[in-house]
Amino acid sequence: EVEETLKRIQSHKGVIGTMVVNAEGIPIRTTLDNSTTVQYAGLLHHLTMKAKSTVRDIDPQNDLTFLRIRSKKHEIMVAPDKEYLLIVIQNPCE
Amino acid sequence: ELNIDIMPNPELAEQFVERNPVDTGIQCSVSMSEHEANTERFEMETRGVNHVEGGWPKDVNPLELEQTIRFRKKVEKDENYVNAIMQLGSIMEHCIKQNNAIDIYEEYFNDEEAEEVMEEAPSAKTINVFRDPQEIKRAATHLSWHPDGNRKLAVAYSCLDFQRAPVGMSSDSYIWDLENPNKPELALKPSSPLVTLEFNPKDSHVLLGGCYNGQIACWDTRKGSLVAELSTIEFSHRDPVYGTIWLQSKTGTECFSASTDGQVMWWDIRKMSEPTEVVIMDITKKEQLENALGAISLEFESTLPTKFMVGTEQGIIISCNRKAKTSAEKIVCTFPGHHGPIYALQRNPFYPKNFLTVGDWTARIWSEDSRESCIMWTKYHMAYLTDAAWSPIRPAVFFTTKMDGTLDIWDFVFKQCNPALSLKVCDEALFCLRVQDNGCFIACGSQLGTTTLLEVSPGLSTLQRNEKNVASSMFERETRREKILEARHREMRLKEKGKAEGRDEEQTDEDLDIDLEALVSKAEEEFFDIIFAELKKKEADAIKLTPMPQQPSPEEDQAVEEGEEAAGEGKSEEVEEDLA
Repeated sequence: EVEETLKRIQSHKGVIGTMVVNAEGIPIRTTLDNSTTVQYAGLLHHLTMKAKSTVRDIDPQNDLTFLRIRSKKHEIMVAPDKEYLLIVIQNPCE
Repeated sequence: ELNIDIMPNPELAEQFVERNPVDTGIQCSVSMSEHEANTERFEMETRGVNHVEGGWPKDVNPLELEQTIRFRKKVEKDENYVNAIMQLGSIMEHCIKQNNAIDIYEEYFNDEEAEEVMEEAPSAKTINVFRDPQEIKRAATHLSWHPDGNRKLAVAYSCLDFQRAPVGMSSDSYIWDLENPNKPELALKPSSPLVTLEFNPKDSHVLLGGCYNGQIACWDTRKGSLVAELSTIEFSHRDPVYGTIWLQSKTGTECFSASTDGQVMWWDIRKMSEPTEVVIMDITKKEQLENALGAISLEFESTLPTKFMVGTEQGIIISCNRKAKTSAEKIVCTFPGHHGPIYALQRNPFYPKNFLTVGDWTARIWSEDSRESCIMWTKYHMAYLTDAAWSPIRPAVFFTTKMDGTLDIWDFVFKQCNPALSLKVCDEALFCLRVQDNGCFIACGSQLGTTTLLEVSPGLSTLQRNEKNVASSMFERETRREKILEARHREMRLKEKGKAEGRDEEQTDEDLDIDLEALVSKAEEEFFDIIFAELKKKEADAIKLTPMPQQPSPEEDQAVEEGEEAAGEGKSEEVEEDLA
C-alpha cells in the first residue's frame, strides 16, 4: 500500500522526486540520488521545524499542515507529520 | 470691519440627539521616550556549511550500505510509518493535482504591459560634458562610439579654418570614458590634427583617423597613443581627409577614405604605404582630377556592400558602385543635392533606399529612385546645418545640428514642418553628432571642443507601434509624388523640344497671344463687374442706413476712388499678363 501510494505520487505529471524523511533527518525512501536527498532532508527538516514553531507561536491551537516553497525552477512540497516528513519536488507545468 | 455675523441659532440644536454615554478611546500607558543608539560595528562573515549525513543512531554506520538498508527496512515495517505515509500521501496528492490543474502563480496581462503608449512629450537632457583639456581650443570635428557597449567615445579635434590654426595647437585627439568626464582615457597623437576618427566595428581596439594633411593613420589602443600605421604622404590625399569608414571584410582591416582633393581611396591597414584602389570623383566620367569634385562626406552601408555614396563640396551627391569594371563606370549616378557642401550623408538604417543629407540651410531626404529632386525636405533654417544622423531604433526620427549650437530632433510621423524637439546645447556652433546604437544617447561636438552627451526621452528611442509601416509608406508616397512630377517635367520638356522643332511654332505663339488678350479683357470685365456690384450694394446699404443726401457723396467719391484704383489694378494686371 505504501508502495502504491508512493508510486502513484511519483507518477504524477511534473513530479521530479519524492522522499520520506524521519524525525532525525534520515532519509527512509527516496527516488533521487543520495547527496541531493541528504541535502534536501537536512535543510527541509530545519525549515519545517521553524515553520511549525512559527505557526504555533502565532496561535498555539494552530498547527502546520503543509508547506509549499515555490521557486523559479520548481515547487517543493513538504507534508509534515509527528515523526516523518514527505517531501515532493514538482515542476508545475505552465 | 465686520463682514458677516452669523448668530447662533438654537433651533438647529433640535436636529441633534444627545448621546450619552459616549465611547472614546484613550491611551493609558506608561510614558516612554524614544531614543536611538548606534551600536558598535559588528563584523559578520558569510559562510557555507557542508552537509554531512547525520542523525543516524549510534549503532548504524552511515557509510555502510548494509546497515543503512537494514535500518530503513526496519523503519518501513513500523506501523506508524504506514499510517503516516498514507495520510501525508493523500494531502500531497491533492496539492500536486492542484498544481497541475492551474498555475496559480501565473502572470496575467504580461503582454499588455509591454505596449504602453508613450504619451509624454519628447525631451532630452544633458548627461555629461567633456571639455577639451587643451588650452588652445579646437573644434570637435568627428565623434565615434566604441563598438562594444558604447562606453567610450573617440573625439577628433582639429581646426578646420584654412591655415588659421593657432600656433602651438596640439594635434591630439582623445578617447573619453563616459564615466570620467574630467580626464580623457587615452590621447592619440598623430603628426597632424585628425579631422575624422572611427572605431573599427570588428575590433574595438583599432581606430582609423583621417588627418588634416591628407594622411590616413591607424591606432591600436593596446599599443599606446602613437600611430601604429601611417600612410605615406606621396600616396595619400592632398587635402584634409573628411570621410573615413571601415569596410565589412573578412579580415576587418579594410577601409576607405575621401577628401576634398576629389579622390576616394581604399586602404588595407596592414599595408598603408599605398592605397589598394583610387577612384576620382569626376562626374564627366573622364577621370580628370581637375574636374573632380571635392568629397566632404562619405557613406557606406554594410548591407549594400558594393555601393557607396559621396557628398561633395559642390553640393552634388554621387552614388558609386565599387564593383564596376572600369573606373568610369564606378560612378553610377548623381543627385543634385544642396546649394552648399554636403556635410552629412547617411542612409536610413531601416530603409536603405532612402538617405538623409544635410547641407546649406536644409536637411533633405532622398530616394534612390528619384534622381532629380529630394522627396522630403525641411524648411530653410536661420543657421547652417552641420551634421545629421538617423536614429538607429526609430526609422522616422533623425537628429540635426546647426551652427547656432542647437540640436534638432525630427520625427516625421509626428510633425513634418518643424522639429519635434529643438534644444540649445551650447552657444557656439555644433559641428558633429553621433547617436549611440541603442538610440538613447547622443553625443555632439562643438566648435570649442566641448562634447556634450545627451539622453533622449524613451518616447524617442523606442520603436512605436506601426512606425515602420508608416515611415515606409511615407517614403513611398513621397517617392511616387516625385516620380510623377519628374514624369510631368519630362513630358513638358519633350513638348517644348517638339515645339521648337515643329513648324507651327509661330502660329501657336500667336494663338497664345490672342488667347492671352482675350483672357485679359475677359478678366478685366469680370473684375469691373464685381467692383460695380459691390459699389452698388454699398450705396444701397448707405441709403438704407442714413437717408441724408450727404451720405451718397462720400460714397460716390469713394466709388470714384475705387474705380480709379480698379482701373489702375486692371492695367497692372494687363502688364503682368503680357510679361507672362
